[in-house]
Amino acid sequence: MTSLAVFRSNRFLVVALLACLLAGCGDSGSGPAGERLLSVSAQWEPSSLDPAISGYVYTRMQIAETLVNADDEGQPLPGLASDWRESGDRLSWHFTLLPGVRFHDGSVLDGAHAAWVLNRARARAGALSGAPIAAITGSGNELIIQLTRPYSLLPALLAHSSTQMLAPASFAPDGSVKAVIGTGPYALVRITPPQSLEVRLSEYWRGPVPAVTAARYLAIGRAESRALIAGSGQADLVFDLDALATERLARETPERLVSATTPRTVILLLDAGHPALSDPRARLALSLAVDRDRIAAAILRDATLAASQLMPPTIADWHDATLPALHRDPAAARALLAELGWQPAADGILVRDGQRFALELRVPSNRPELPVVAAALQEQLRAIGVRIDIVVGNDGDIPLLHHEGTLELALGARNYATLNDPGATLAQDFSHGGGDWGAMNWAETQVAQALQALAAGVDPAQGALLRRRIVGELQRGLPVIPIAWYRQSLAVSERVSGASLDPMQRSYRLDALRWKTREPAR
Amino acid sequence: MKRIGLLLATRLAQALFLALGISTLCFFLLRALPGDVAFRIAASRYGLDMVTTAAAEAVRAELNLDLPALRALGHWWVALLRFDLGVSAITGRAVWTELAQQLGHTVQLAVAAVALALAISAPLGVRAGLNPGGRLDTALLAGALLLRAIPPFLLGLLLIIAFALILPLAPAAGHLEQGTLFLPALTLALGLSAPLARIVRDAMAQVSSTPYYAFSRTKGLSEAATFWRHGLRNIAVPVLAYLATQLVFLIEGVVVIETLFAWPGIGHALIHALFGRDVPMIQGVVLVMSLGIVLFNALVDLVCLLLDPRERTV
Repeated sequence: MTSLAVFRSNRFLVVALLACLLAGCGDSGSGPAGERLLSVSAQWEPSSLDPAISGYVYTRMQIAETLVNADDEGQPLPGLASDWRESGDRLSWHFTLLPGVRFHDGSVLDGAHAAWVLNRARARAGALSGAPIAAITGSGNELIIQLTRPYSLLPALLAHSSTQMLAPASFAPDGSVKAVIGTGPYALVRITPPQSLEVRLSEYWRGPVPAVTAARYLAIGRAESRALIAGSGQADLVFDLDALATERLARETPERLVSATTPRTVILLLDAGHPALSDPRARLALSLAVDRDRIAAAILRDATLAASQLMPPTIADWHDATLPALHRDPAAARALLAELGWQPAADGILVRDGQRFALELRVPSNRPELPVVAAALQEQLRAIGVRIDIVVGNDGDIPLLHHEGTLELALGARNYATLNDPGATLAQDFSHGGGDWGAMNWAETQVAQALQALAAGVDPAQGALLRRRIVGELQRGLPVIPIAWYRQSLAVSERVSGASLDPMQRSYRLDALRWKTREPAR
Repeated sequence: MKRIGLLLATRLAQALFLALGISTLCFFLLRALPGDVAFRIAASRYGLDMVTTAAAEAVRAELNLDLPALRALGHWWVALLRFDLGVSAITGRAVWTELAQQLGHTVQLAVAAVALALAISAPLGVRAGLNPGGRLDTALLAGALLLRAIPPFLLGLLLIIAFALILPLAPAAGHLEQGTLFLPALTLALGLSAPLARIVRDAMAQVSSTPYYAFSRTKGLSEAATFWRHGLRNIAVPVLAYLATQLVFLIEGVVVIETLFAWPGIGHALIHALFGRDVPMIQGVVLVMSLGIVLFNALVDLVCLLLDPRERTV
């Protein structure tokens, strides 16, 4: 017998093992006979059941709902509350809940429980923790929120995922969340934190029956893996594609790509109290040195993402098309700095009163494109004589150093839809001299006053005027320097149609999807 | 039996010292990391967009992060003696609960990888060992060098491209669908089987050149019978001993591969805990991994003792 013959049985072993690995491991994931399962992949992990931590995954998968919804620009729409009104003194808000809304366990949503959920959310980090709320009470179909001062942004905050309504049975006696029992079209049937969850159409869903009746969500942390999943067609919807994957998909199968500009902007945060940056002309000079078109084209792979102002045109309320666009003009930048007394030294770096124009740029590592953008900025600012030392660090460094007052420059990707209405986030960032992700030591008071007036509530015409004034002042004063906008992309499989992106990233809109083919369950 | 008892007692003592030593070292390493823990944890809990100084201070107060280092270490030791690993700073779930869930996935992946590595390397190594210097032997050497030189992350990506994109045979990532174990297990197995095939080959070459192997042929046993009776057991001892040393490679690979393939195991959890500065989770994972190495080594020693009667009589 040859040595090969000795291992004939081993070959069978290998084949059997491969077959086992290919076929036998993992769940099939298919639903009952005939039921098709939609597969969704995105970056975000359902690491906890608590709405304050992973609530956004449950609202996006349409398991849980909030009292208020938001349209594509973040403006409030009715949700679990059918309508709301402000009292005459503007210190209390009355919300009317939709009648007969049932949670996935059959229990009914009422005002008393809604008040309990919101009071619990208020005591934790989240949208409500900083709101001027005095008390939340409810009974029957009514919910009353009393304020310490007028606050028109309240409905926007009630659209935040940390305020999502979960059933009484979701909570343990100590207030911790033991199950996610929501009111959305889909009920959670299984969760494997932090990786995956499965949902099925709730028998208590009050709306039209969607075509997709079962879905599973898989969190894929690495952008490379998401791109490969999109390329292989393993998932029906793949969110959070990186720039390279988006570019390839747009080139090869544009019909499978859905894109939308989001209210997220790459900004250069700066200390407006720093001796080198306190004069607005110095900040304008830095802005004039930035080649946004090339950064957007080369790094974000989309030249249209170069930021001409803080908000993209898709956020129409906060975008003023009449404003002169931020642009590149290194000669003008050098002239402005010369006006301020800066003169180039032998190595080309500017010097004034023996001080070099050298700044430290902090870059968080949470977004892979940011260190690359930082490197481009370093080179572009060097061309006008400003030396930048890049420090790539922890995600939490920017708010920490901002708070300590030791931040010079930082690069961030700020989401202005964090609290749905961009006005709420801007109020955090630019009121009272600045916030952790906004202005720092910026003495401008007009913007703060306008933001306060907006938050307190004004009529629509006055609101539009105030927003225009805020956007204009931010463009003139440059307490942060906008660099580029963001576009989020979604890869859609050939099995489904009707996919769209929510720019506010509140929902994956599974209930709007249609199956294209009549293929059996996978 | 006396030798087995001695072996187990030694390993138990090792495990105890390791548990205390590793967790203490880990504790100080985590304290030495730059950045503010409260801000890191707040970013991981609520997302970077929601991190404010107020949120970070709330986390600091809730988790008692201002406790002096030595007092915090004391608390950790006392908790460890009670087998209490604490609660994850990010998810709020008990570390034991998290680990129990994740360890099952990792063991599944590791067992599949080792089985696949043995299935690939044993037949190839034996064939090459029976004909040292032959074409298969040379090809095996080149293949082993190449596979060992490719980082697991790159190998994983190449395999996804080959088996999920070009030949759609298996899912690219995840853990829910049929066949999702195949690519991560194959990635780990190829890395493991490269040196393993060389070990098998050397052991086979050495055994096949011994007088007892030649005598078994001379007395009329077939090639297969000679191998099964006199070859397999002699080859198994060095192969198993080598596998024990490769556990570190397996753990390193698991950390990388689980992240690439979105496999919800302990390596994936470690990466997330490190990014989120989830100290209880990191200490729990490191403890379980280091105790796992001791346990695996003890098991390999036991199996070697059972396989090799010479060891039992020393």
